[in-house]
Amino acid sequence: MLEFQASLRREAFKLNLEFSAPAPSVTALFGRSGAGKSTVVALLAGLLKPERGRIVLEEQVLFDSATGVNAPAEERAIACVFQDARLFPHLDVRANLRYGQHRVRGRPTPISEAEIVELLGLARLLERRVHELSGGEKQRVSLGRALLAQPRLLLLDEPLASLDAARRDEVLPYLERLRDEIRIPIVYVSHSFDEVLRLAEHVVLLEHGEVLASGPVARICLEPALHAIAGEGVMGSVLEGSVVNYDTDEGLATVKCGQLSLRVAVAAAPRERLRIFVPAGDVVIALNEVKEVSTRNVIPVEIVRLEPLEGSVLLHLEVGGRALLARVTHSAVRELRLAEEVRCYALVKAVAAQGRRFPGRGDRAPAGPGNQAPGERT
Amino acid sequence: MSSVALSPSEWQAFWLSLDVAARSVLFSLPVAIVVAWLLARRRFLGRTVVDAFVHLPLVLPPVVVGYFLLLLFGTRGPIGSWLKSTFDLQLVFTTAGAALATAVMSFPLVVRAIRLSIENIDPGLEDVARTLGARALDRFLTITLPLMTPGILVGTVVAFSASLGEFGAVITFASNIPGETQTLPLALYTALQTPNGDVAAARLAVLSVGLGLAGLLASEWIARALRRRFGR
Repeated sequence: MLEFQASLRREAFKLNLEFSAPAPSVTALFGRSGAGKSTVVALLAGLLKPERGRIVLEEQVLFDSATGVNAPAEERAIACVFQDARLFPHLDVRANLRYGQHRVRGRPTPISEAEIVELLGLARLLERRVHELSGGEKQRVSLGRALLAQPRLLLLDEPLASLDAARRDEVLPYLERLRDEIRIPIVYVSHSFDEVLRLAEHVVLLEHGEVLASGPVARICLEPALHAIAGEGVMGSVLEGSVVNYDTDEGLATVKCGQLSLRVAVAAAPRERLRIFVPAGDVVIALNEVKEVSTRNVIPVEIVRLEPLEGSVLLHLEVGGRALLARVTHSAVRELRLAEEVRCYALVKAVAAQGRRFPGRGDRAPAGPGNQAPGERT
Repeated sequence: MSSVALSPSEWQAFWLSLDVAARSVLFSLPVAIVVAWLLARRRFLGRTVVDAFVHLPLVLPPVVVGYFLLLLFGTRGPIGSWLKSTFDLQLVFTTAGAALATAVMSFPLVVRAIRLSIENIDPGLEDVARTLGARALDRFLTITLPLMTPGILVGTVVAFSASLGEFGAVITFASNIPGETQTLPLALYTALQTPNGDVAAARLAVLSVGLGLAGLLASEWIARALRRRFGR
């Protein structure tokens, strides 16, 4: 568990925020550039001192302006990966990896070099010099170096932002493996909601140095504040559930999310946990149950809220306790007389829904100290 | 034949020049590293004054520097008399004195070269080292110092070459004593003052040009080798 509360004033910038990140999950700090994300990283790592505040990591007070506690960065055991990998240019890959490992100072060392080399695919790179690496390889080495420092918290500050799309797709699977296999709480800073959807369980929404909202990904997706910050691209709903059936011939997975059963065109294995993102613009609303239609999901829903946007309306729908978003035009709202408490049908194309394997750390055995209470995660 | 070969006294001047230059670099390098680091990485009161003071020898006539050294380090100067009474060490009219004079003169060149290389180091690297558990001295020794080596090496070569040619400050502070403080330029000057000394002067001049070129080539070669190593 990480508790963070800090305020800081600069000439043109004011930061005053508070959030907590349940361990051992991945918490995303999401916001536009200039929102204060990197300042939070520096404050957490101990590279910057807040004017007032309190930072507590797993019951250890790292900073407290009231009592004057301020643990220096070198003793916080919070390892960082920055956008520009920041590998030491005078050392080779192996020496870079071992830099933090040699300075662990009596902390337990559950993460072995062999494990990291395997997990991040670094075997072929060990003898290389840093300037011979591609951008994606640099970030993998940087990740390995941070993990081998045996951190109590891993801080990833836009680790993919300086990579092109191809390199990003090369590194993302490694981040997913790391999330699934290494039990260290991670704070992931990003301005790409796509990355947040793929990696994070909790989101802290930042703007102008303040927290606009925070909570599980599925709930934050419903926040008007997110829609205002991130735009149409991220408007959609997140449904998490497990695969009950996968039809190999059709390439269709049936996923059970609470009482809702959704068919999506995603390759998956039965019982696997999936996170499904349904873009709001791909959901069609019908007043009657349509029979002969190509969409694989016709879901009876109830409208709970209308969120007017520029040029369209975002309908917040509910089905069996789960939320679904649909973006429709103002004229559709008028003609269909869509309003709160109206019951209708949501048509969701199986091919429009994006599915990601997402075990969710809270579901993983064994339950150790720091593991969170059941039911907190969907 | 005799007109090409160096005379024993000229050889003496040659070796003495190398000796003085080597000692001067040895004197100035550790101080220059600290000063360069302070100027590049620390904000402190009087930083501009220190900066200007360091660069003073570049803009002052060398004779003036020699004169101030005489005032400070002369047998009756505040530092000179203390050195004499405490360590029985005399700098005026000695090889060590010549080395001190050249060290002061070449100091700004060393500081500039090292400072430039420190300013080229991304402070983010030192931050990362901190988060990986490295304390201040550890960081300096394992990150900052290795990354400054290009500047230190280039600064050393430049300072060494410049020291070989220092004239005004040496002759003012340490005088022109063969075998003790008479380095190449001083020997050359003496040869020019001597009747029929022009052949000797030419030999010494060619030797100086050769040494200077060797120094410049060495610094260029080092810079290139380091660029390859760091891939910049």
